[in-house]
Amino acid sequence: MNAPERSRSLFRFAAPHNFYPLAGRLAPWFAAAALILTFAGLWLGFFVAPTDATQGQVYRVIFIHVPAAWMSMFIYLVMAFWSAVGLVMNTRLSFVMSQALAPTGAMFCFVALWTGALWGKPTWGAYWVWDARLTSQLLLLFLYFGFIALTRAIEDPRRADRAGAIIALVGAVNVPIIYFSVQWWNTLHQGASVSLTKAPSMATTMLAGMLVMAIAAWMYTIAVVLWRARSMILERERHTEWVGAVLEREAQLKGGRA
Amino acid sequence: MAQWESWSAFWDMGGAAFFVWGSYGVTFALMALELVLVLRRRKDTVTRLLRWRRAVGKDSARKAGASVPVMESET
Repeated sequence: MNAPERSRSLFRFAAPHNFYPLAGRLAPWFAAAALILTFAGLWLGFFVAPTDATQGQVYRVIFIHVPAAWMSMFIYLVMAFWSAVGLVMNTRLSFVMSQALAPTGAMFCFVALWTGALWGKPTWGAYWVWDARLTSQLLLLFLYFGFIALTRAIEDPRRADRAGAIIALVGAVNVPIIYFSVQWWNTLHQGASVSLTKAPSMATTMLAGMLVMAIAAWMYTIAVVLWRARSMILERERHTEWVGAVLEREAQLKGGRA
Repeated sequence: MAQWESWSAFWDMGGAAFFVWGSYGVTFALMALELVLVLRRRKDTVTRLLRWRRAVGKDSARKAGASVPVMESET
């Protein structure tokens, strides 16, 4: 295989008609992995991890709070990445990916804020404080809402793609602010739970439960986003012959009547 | 159940039941809702596009770009 052929095979899945069936084949596997890992993570979190010496049982919120907060930041960065790729390379699928990610990112962002509020009340005595970490995370939720509202409000898909991409790229500046807020400002929110340079500050089983739940959140996100992207691709490519063929096959599966 | 003396102790979460189960409950409810919406969106998209194809005619569907009604997209 020579070089041009290999690069063609790598970029093959950037074409919607190749990506669509691949996404359909992969998504159920990611969903199954998410389900298994969620059960494993919950078992570790509730039945293996010990009671926290200072917080008692309420700390068990961590097994969703931290993975959800990580996902909300990471999904935004991935959205910004696909937006940049779309703007530079003008690839249709990049914008689809970035818009398919947004609702899931917003969901995890809300979950991080919600679980944080329910954890804050018994440990800090308040559901909400205007601390740098909490405020910047709330701003992230508004950035997600802004991105979703803007891309849906503009009727011309090409203009909607570009406008959304600009919000995604500009808003990405907020993500490092969220992440480093606990170092840059004196916040009520505690510092990073996991660091690559320091020894973990928590019991190994707690850490294991949190990481397994984080991978489960990853698998869930990939499955849901692939499914959402498939619908968006059908919609956008509806004038093509291959979508016509896909629709005819769906009609036959349903017994010939839509 | 190394961590818990009984199931009732488990559900009580050391008195933090509202905060712990309130977190897990809302999270899993939202994830389930998102899954339902995504799978329903697929069904709706397929149904709507099939109807559209029949309305404009299979052969002209490809060239009908300008005359296509605006497609509402839901979550």
